[in-house]
Amino acid sequence: MLLIRRFEEESARAYAQGKIGGFLHLYIGQESIAVAAASLLREGDTVFQTYRDHGTALAMGMSPEAAMAELFGKDTGCSRGLGGSMHFFDAARGFLGGWGIVGGHVALAAGAAFRNKYLGVDNVTLCFFGEGATNIGGFHEAMSLAGLWKLPAVFICENNQYAMGTPLSRTSPLSDLSVKAAGYGMPGDRFEGYDVELVRERLGAAVERARRGEGPTFIEIETYRFRGHSMSDPGKYRTSEELEERKKKDPIRIARDRLRETGADEAALEAIEDEVEEAIEAALKHAEEAPPAKEEVMMSTVTVEEFR
Amino acid sequence: MSELTMVEALRSGMREAMHADASVVLLGEDVGRVGGVFRVSDGLRDEFGPARVIDTPLSEGGIVGTAIGMAMHGLRPIAEIQFADFIYPAFDQLVNEAAKIRYRSGGQFSVPLVVRAPYGGGIKGGHYHSQSPEAYFTHTAGLKVVCPSNPRDAKGLLRAAIDDPDPVIFFEPKRIYRAVRDEVPDEIRVPLGKAEIVREGADVTLIAYGAMLYEALAAAEEVAREGIEVELVDLRTLIPLDLETLEASVNKTGRFVVVHEAPLTSGFGAEIVSRLTERCFYALEAPPIRVTGFDTPFPYTLEDVYLPLARRIAPALRKAMED
Repeated sequence: MLLIRRFEEESARAYAQGKIGGFLHLYIGQESIAVAAASLLREGDTVFQTYRDHGTALAMGMSPEAAMAELFGKDTGCSRGLGGSMHFFDAARGFLGGWGIVGGHVALAAGAAFRNKYLGVDNVTLCFFGEGATNIGGFHEAMSLAGLWKLPAVFICENNQYAMGTPLSRTSPLSDLSVKAAGYGMPGDRFEGYDVELVRERLGAAVERARRGEGPTFIEIETYRFRGHSMSDPGKYRTSEELEERKKKDPIRIARDRLRETGADEAALEAIEDEVEEAIEAALKHAEEAPPAKEEVMMSTVTVEEFR
Repeated sequence: MSELTMVEALRSGMREAMHADASVVLLGEDVGRVGGVFRVSDGLRDEFGPARVIDTPLSEGGIVGTAIGMAMHGLRPIAEIQFADFIYPAFDQLVNEAAKIRYRSGGQFSVPLVVRAPYGGGIKGGHYHSQSPEAYFTHTAGLKVVCPSNPRDAKGLLRAAIDDPDPVIFFEPKRIYRAVRDEVPDEIRVPLGKAEIVREGADVTLIAYGAMLYEALAAAEEVAREGIEVELVDLRTLIPLDLETLEASVNKTGRFVVVHEAPLTSGFGAEIVSRLTERCFYALEAPPIRVTGFDTPFPYTLEDVYLPLARRIAPALRKAMED
């Protein structure tokens, strides 16, 4: 969690310095969800995430160097600098992408889960999306198919309260999105995402259910992003009081307090912090020095043989 | 080798592919028990089972999206869209997702997907069962677009499309699904990106694809009686476009006419005219001509007015010879 937090704080800084272009959507405040999810994965499992994808990729083991280099648009980035912030991929670790079109990837996750069922393996597919995506047609079509075919998947709505600047209360007649599960013939669950251990336990139950071949689950996790929708969003649609109140539930603070309470010594915690700082420093150095994305890679990567 | 209609040839191609490779699956509305709205997959569910020949709900975005996910993760899905007119709900999936995955992932993932869709007029289908949407897809880097004109090519191109590691949109001319029979070899492959010279001629190049090939051929034979020798080129695949074959023909004849069912404006003919004008400008003896559908919705009653039939193609060929 700390690695993700520090990675993103430093990427925000690099963005402000003009070293990262385009868009940058930060996961700060939601780290517990990615980390809990990644801890449940086995070899062969697959994960789809939205464009807010750095945290999930890092939690799954992508190196901070490859991640930062991608943000910097460098050839050594996880998508060779062709994708940028919203388009992390890591085939070796089963990270099937950050996806920039809201709701567009949900059916793809169903397809990946179908493959597991078709081959008769007990792998699962996790698909993350925001509460904003639950209003789009692609979500509905994918959930219908997943429920119908009892696919080994877990559909995880990270409800961070705002679809860009619009709160859920203005976009949905529901305050409890997990009831949507019933419409797709699958169980729903709903819980807070601030405590990484709680997330792991509840998400784990759905993952195990999928592994046992009992079908998909739709989960709504209440969370909160501490930063704006993207770097260009100052977040004026919410009050500073609301933000401060939410920060009391910072997943990293909760986890650190728990570790202290359960006897972790301060030196061990500081050693983790030092390790993280070193990793981030190395990632930044790597991203600065790596060669930029290459024109010949751009031209030759559209299709397997050169596209014409 | 057997004598097959296009429907039978396509079915034979899918059957061979499914026998050869367990990762090939077929999904779509009514493709299983019913055997597809045009019966292209008739019998395949009995042969390969419901896990491989999959009936879906009415959900084009879901069908194509799911198929993309399958393709990213090791399967080789064939998604059937009942009518090409219904492909638009899946447009986002094809243009934004399938076409860009390889590029976006820096080459880590490919999408070996085939989307089959019966297209075009000729069955009195009206506005929503007759359209030719191929040009929309040719505008998207990363998608290949195929349109066969005969049973042999239909099977050979379909096998090549299934083998292909990238997404292919496969438009089937439903007007001639059962109109012609061909000797169709077993295990045939027709490579993507190779046009075929159907008829050689020195005077004017005529470029067509899909069902309109037969209208083009009829027009070519009509003007041959007047002494105009037409070189007829069947594109077979729009993307990749076989510019070499087209360029060589036009450099020889100095004149060309392009035919398609789709509306004129921004139709694929515009691209062909541009490319050939760029490449063959100094060899041209006359302005290029397009004979196409009109810039109207596809009509129900006036189908034969709308379609670029031989009676509209032949005058265009004569006009091309005037200058």
